[in-house]
Amino acid sequence: MYKELILILMGGVLVNNYVLQQFLGICPFLGVSKKFDQASGMGIAVTFVMLLATAATYPIYTLVLEPMGLGYLQTIVFILVIATLVQFVEIMLKRFIPALFQALGVYLPLITTNCAVLGVTLNNITDGYSFLQSIISSLGVGIGFWLAMVLFAGVRSKISATAPTKAFQGLPVTLIAASIVAMSFYGFAGIVENLLA
Amino acid sequence: MEILIPVLICLGIAAICAIILTITSHFFSVKTDEKEAAIRDCLAGANCGACGYSGCDGYAKALADGSCTKTNLCTPGGDAVSKQVSEILGVEAEEVEKVVAYISCNGNCNAVKSRYEYIGYKSCRIANMNYSGDKMCTYACLGHGDCAKVCPQGAISVESGVAVVDPEKCIGCGLCVKTCPKGMVKLINADAKFRVACSNRDKGIITKKVCSNGCIGCGLCKKNGPAEAITLDNNLAVIDQTKCEGCGKCAMACPVKCIR
Repeated sequence: MYKELILILMGGVLVNNYVLQQFLGICPFLGVSKKFDQASGMGIAVTFVMLLATAATYPIYTLVLEPMGLGYLQTIVFILVIATLVQFVEIMLKRFIPALFQALGVYLPLITTNCAVLGVTLNNITDGYSFLQSIISSLGVGIGFWLAMVLFAGVRSKISATAPTKAFQGLPVTLIAASIVAMSFYGFAGIVENLLA
Repeated sequence: MEILIPVLICLGIAAICAIILTITSHFFSVKTDEKEAAIRDCLAGANCGACGYSGCDGYAKALADGSCTKTNLCTPGGDAVSKQVSEILGVEAEEVEKVVAYISCNGNCNAVKSRYEYIGYKSCRIANMNYSGDKMCTYACLGHGDCAKVCPQGAISVESGVAVVDPEKCIGCGLCVKTCPKGMVKLINADAKFRVACSNRDKGIITKKVCSNGCIGCGLCKKNGPAEAITLDNNLAVIDQTKCEGCGKCAMACPVKCIR
């Protein structure tokens, strides 16, 4: 039982890294990764929203959509629910936990329709996870997202101190760097299955 | 009929979401300060940070909650903004001292000698890492235009190896001051008539060796001009703009013509 959960968690962090292996959530990955602090804040905010989104969408799917045979509506319903949820959380944080809002607030509107958040909720359903497994899976994916952001922020700080050819300045060199970071994560393939063997 | 059920369910979920959001935003929303929003609207909006806050939002917030009482910190906006802000806050307007950036160096390619040939990336910051740049004078403008790159108004250009500020375009935000690796860009009063176009604090004999336009600290300006307006700070003439009356005697007396 625990073994299985750990496998799901580590799989989300390393092997099935959403940003670097499945290319979901590339927009914040390229947009907010210029500085370490911002990248870390964004990563934490995404993890937070992923957990909440999974906790909200899983019951809706299993209790409402599935019994009525409306599984095909999951994408559209999940977008609706996640967008509402993020807005709701933003208002609540602003009111009750201003300190946390200061830290995460600016990123929350960006996450409203982030494809990584939608992707993790949909994939949890597709993979046939239970509720607990879904939560652990989205935690792992969130940590993986944070890890990718933080690693890439480090890479970008190095890039900013170099002077590439004019044609490569800005986004091109960033994308090339992203591909190299992504390639490095291929080294984790096959590790997790044998982690606890 | 078959399509009706999914449509109704989607509409139902959307309606529930809408109701939840309406209720939360009604009962739990934080009242934003109207004053703050009004102040934010009349600030220049350049987010330059000249006021010393993180940006226009930060300054507006500080003004609205009373932690900052100075209404004249927005240099890009000038007197007009100060007046508007004061009206909103109900205090008397303070005049904005209009400042412009000034690059205190005239060590162009003809005047200052070259130490080595720099062929690296065109950036003062990087050039400065290599033995303080290629110019013999370690105080001199390196002329790769880091200041010009950060200038939001495009007011800085590089002419024969030295950056020059167009005072008409300059809004006095001070971004170039923070960027210059030599720290020789200064914000000075826009009405200043005479300025010292040199930052070299070495002894005259050393200065003379590296640059023909450098201030040698001879003190002739001090002797010929009004003594209280000019001081010699470590072999460099400094004009106190509050006391300068613009008589021009210092500029006439200067043997290297670095007061202009």
